[in-house]
Amino acid sequence: MLEIKNLHARIAEDGTEIIRGLNLTVKAGEVAAIMGPNGSGKSTLSYILAGRDDYEVTEGDILYNGESILELDPSERAAKGIFLAFQYPVEIPGVATMQFLKVAMNEQRKARGEEELKTPDFIKLVKEAAASLQIDMDMLKRPLNVGFSGGEKKRAEILQMKLLAPQLCVLDETDSGLDIDALKIVSDGVNALRSPDRAVIVITHYQRLLEYIVPDSVHVLYKGQVIKSGSKELALDLEANGYSQIIEDAA
Amino acid sequence: MNMQTKPPRTAAEQALLDSYAEMVGQLPGDARVTVARDRLLSAIAEKGLPTKRIESWHYTDLRAVLRAVPVKAGGSARAAEPLVRDALVCPVVQGQALMPRVPEGVELSPFMELLVSGEAAPLLSSRGADDLVGELNGAFVSDGYRLAIEAGRELDEILELQSVQAGGQAHTRFLAEIGAGAKATVVERHLGETSNAGLSSSVSTLDLGEGAEVTWILVQGAGEADQHLGQTIARLAAGATLKLFVINAGGKLVRREVHVDVAGEGAHFDLRCVNLLAGDSHTDVTMTLGHMVPETTSSEIVRNVVLDRARGVFQGQIRVAQVAQKTDAKMSCNTLLLSDEGEFAAKPELEIFADDVVCGHGATVIDINADHLFYLMARGVSEKTARALLVNGFVDELIDELEDEALVEPLRSLIEQWLVDHG
Repeated sequence: MLEIKNLHARIAEDGTEIIRGLNLTVKAGEVAAIMGPNGSGKSTLSYILAGRDDYEVTEGDILYNGESILELDPSERAAKGIFLAFQYPVEIPGVATMQFLKVAMNEQRKARGEEELKTPDFIKLVKEAAASLQIDMDMLKRPLNVGFSGGEKKRAEILQMKLLAPQLCVLDETDSGLDIDALKIVSDGVNALRSPDRAVIVITHYQRLLEYIVPDSVHVLYKGQVIKSGSKELALDLEANGYSQIIEDAA
Repeated sequence: MNMQTKPPRTAAEQALLDSYAEMVGQLPGDARVTVARDRLLSAIAEKGLPTKRIESWHYTDLRAVLRAVPVKAGGSARAAEPLVRDALVCPVVQGQALMPRVPEGVELSPFMELLVSGEAAPLLSSRGADDLVGELNGAFVSDGYRLAIEAGRELDEILELQSVQAGGQAHTRFLAEIGAGAKATVVERHLGETSNAGLSSSVSTLDLGEGAEVTWILVQGAGEADQHLGQTIARLAAGATLKLFVINAGGKLVRREVHVDVAGEGAHFDLRCVNLLAGDSHTDVTMTLGHMVPETTSSEIVRNVVLDRARGVFQGQIRVAQVAQKTDAKMSCNTLLLSDEGEFAAKPELEIFADDVVCGHGATVIDINADHLFYLMARGVSEKTARALLVNGFVDELIDELEDEALVEPLRSLIEQWLVDHG
């Protein structure tokens, strides 16, 4: 589903290279975990996948279902089924959450040539999805993410993911700032979305999340490259021994 | 020898004098009213239109920007449907009031009657040396309404004072006397029907009795070429609350003056102003606010969206009298500047003579927030729609404060429509 080939990317503003020849393949149905120390380029990778224009790809390619997505803007990528769950979802005052959800769902439908949702159908979908994530409908009456606690923001991200039903989900440090109960709710939400035709990339610092969302593969990112890939046991190894041995081996 | 220091008359100044000479015979009023009109016109003739050398007109050099003064009356115009569904429309079409039915507890009469009887003569006066708007309106006013709401009356029905113009000149005046403890929502709406350049002025005087609560929504939606000079004058007695919402969404040249005296203890004044500016328009909102007695509060929030080569101005003056201890006043002006050629000038002015007060002001100029835009686009919202959502959100925070869905919804669609038309 996703093939990243020899990707090089830098910060557009100052030219600092962050991704330096990254290769990664994620198949449909796969849950891939990306781990790595601070500053290894994990969040940058998630932004580049989503199409943030603060970063410039200078070499290599990103193929999604066999097609390059480098020329697509973030909304076009989203319409094709790529979803980024933000590490820090932004608060947008003045934009009502429900209105935003409806616009997003209908714009994606429109881009795919599907019919727009009718309001009662839309509300029904939101109610069902919200209930499964223990989200109070009153929360959704507020402006987008405004005044949400850290846990509420993360649950709202998963709610959006559920409603938009993407093919490729990228979760950027979704576990940060979550207590154990919230972590469980969020993980259950993600696990419910696992399916043979959907891929999930879980970016995390800690092995803890991977106890709840069990990955099929684990990849270690360091200085903008994948330096080691393995099965879920690799995450346990990292938890026990840290990154230094793997970094040394790769050098 | 006589030194000639006055600059020569501009075409607009001359046209104003000419049109007065032509119209004065037809303008309603008894002898006292005619004397008052003449006096006001002489003041204009003497001083000329204000220039940027007059402090309160510094950002709107009227002498330079008021180009066309149509002498002839405009084409035909008709009253429009009310902004808020089921509101009672009190129309003034081409400067002539068309009396509607009147709800219980409300007295409504055409302003023309006050002119004819001479009662209006004392009202046709100048607020001071730089009161061009009041002088122009007083000299030319033809009609409007006097509206009185009896004490204690809570008006369910929304009233819409609607002024419609199709080119030409129109000068209207609204007098609103809100009795003690009365509650009302009034929409004041200025509409232009054609693309012909018109010149209109309006003066609304709001007198709020003790404990009265008024929401006054002023919508400026004049035609693209229209020039509108407007004034809202309000006086609040003890415990009264005035929420003034101003939406400027049309007109080539708009000067909107708001002069408020918070004159009774415990009174509260809110100004919420949304300026939607596009094309080559020039829009000036100038407020003077006096806290005259102790224990009064006010808050003013102005939000501006600037596109194209539009220019906007907000001057906000708050005066706190020496006796007005415990005044709490907050003023802010935020501008979303979406064009390199657009401009917005914000001038706060605080004159505080009391020592135990809380007064603050702030002004910001921002562009669309890149993080917000990326977030929305990452959810599949196209750039165009995402920008519209964010611009809308920027001003919607103020509309949301109205709380009443019946008012919020039509104002929202008005703003959305403006964004679609100009986005």
